[in-house]
Order: sequence, then C-alpha cells, then structure tokens
Amino acid sequence: MSSFLSTFFAVFTVGCALGVVLNRNAVNAAMCLLLSLIGVAALFVRLDAYLLAFLLLLVYAGAVVTLFLFIVMLLDVQGLAQPGRRGPGVAGTVIAIALLAGGIATFVLKGRLATPPPGALAAPGASLKLYASELFTVYLLPVQVVGFLLLVAMLGVIVLSKKDSAAGGRDGD
Amino acid sequence: MFPNTINTYLLISALLFAIGFLGVLVRRNTLVIYMCLELMLVASTLALVAFSRFNGSMDGNVFVFFILTVAAAEVAVGLAIIVALFRKRQTLQVDRLDGLRN
Repeated sequence: MSSFLSTFFAVFTVGCALGVVLNRNAVNAAMCLLLSLIGVAALFVRLDAYLLAFLLLLVYAGAVVTLFLFIVMLLDVQGLAQPGRRGPGVAGTVIAIALLAGGIATFVLKGRLATPPPGALAAPGASLKLYASELFTVYLLPVQVVGFLLLVAMLGVIVLSKKDSAAGGRDGD
Repeated sequence: MFPNTINTYLLISALLFAIGFLGVLVRRNTLVIYMCLELMLVASTLALVAFSRFNGSMDGNVFVFFILTVAAAEVAVGLAIIVALFRKRQTLQVDRLDGLRN
C-alpha cells in the first residue's frame, strides 16, 4: 500500500510538472505547479521529513503559488497573448529534449548509488528537536544571514514598487 | 514497484529538474518561466532530502530549510521586478523584451 501511494505520488508529481510546461494558460500552469508541489510534499513525508513537507506546503503552496496567481490575474496576461507569433524554434526544442532525455537515460542506466536498506538508518528529519538544535548551534550564523536577507528582500520590493509608481506616472493606482 | 532507495528519489528529482529546465527553454511567458524555475528549485530540494534521509544526516534537511527561505524572498523580489517590467513595456513575452539587442 505504501509502495502504491509512493508510485502514485511520484507519477502525479512528474505529470503535474509536465502540465506546468505544456499548459498554454498561465493560471492553469500555476494550478499544476500547486498540484506538483503537493506531490513533492507527499514524497517528503515518505522520506520522513514531516516538518519540511509542512513547510513546503505552507511556503510554496500557501504563499508562492498564491503570489503567482495574484500576479497573473493582476497583469491579465491572457488578454495580451498575440496570435500568430512564432513559437520556440523546432531545432532548439528538439535539441533540448534530446539532451535532457540523454541525461536522464544515462542517469537511469549508470547511476547506481549504494544505499543502506530502508530502516537501517534512523530518520533524522523526523524529529523537530534535531532541527532546533542544528539551527541554533551549528547554523546560527546562516539563520541570521537569512533573516537579514528577508529584510533586504522586503526593502527591495518596497523600493521597486515605489519607484515604479513614481516614474510610471498616473496610470491607475 | 517503487523501490524505496535513493536512486528512485534522485530519478524523480532529475525528471522534475529536466521538466523545469525544458520549460525555461521553450516557454515564452516570463511568469511561466519563473514557475519553471521554482520547479527546478523544488527538484533540488527533493534530492537534498533524499540524500539526507539515506545518509542518516541532518545537513541536507537544514539546507532545504534555507532554500525554502531564499526561494520565498526570491519570488517576492522577482515578481516585483516582473510587475515593474510589465508596467514599463506592457508585455511579458521574452522575445519582445529585447531592449539590450540594439
């Protein structure tokens, strides 16, 4: 049963990822991204990383995809799609697909990492206590740097949107 | 059917990364390209979690923690840039954003 669920979520994740690439509509692509992220979170659960699965859903599905949908609807890209424009070059697409398929095939055929049997190792990602002790001892400096990064990003977004509305003139908002 | 080994997860991760990369190459809408970038980022986190799980180590998990934070900041800034770009050029198609060509 567990194996069936894992297979299902693996196929689901990859299929929805294909949906992101193949959908013409940006809103549908964002929805496929959301489903694909849910599949990845399920795989995280299968890997006993419960906290990371929760955080992935919270940050990506909750914040990032919502932001994407918000921007797609704010900009109304659908109405601006020009008909009859040339797509990507056929040769370029074929070469890209061939390179990627070759890489994956090499990986499937040659990539054989020795792994311990399941259950031989304790799952470190399952315990919340380990995250806390790692983050606040070994990784204390990166945590502070990341906090600073978030502050800088927030300031950057404020400056970007402010400058634009000052320079763009009175265009609505 | 689903061998619970590191190779399986690395294969899924590689597939996701390849699909995301393909999307970056073939799509023309900046927003969709950005979504595909996020997909590649998530694929790399899946590989990190798998490595961490099958080596009994905590480092990969903590690294994913930081990747999630940086991705959130990156999306906020990137989308602000896209909105600013759209207001300036009125398009999101990458082949019409060719201001550096001439």
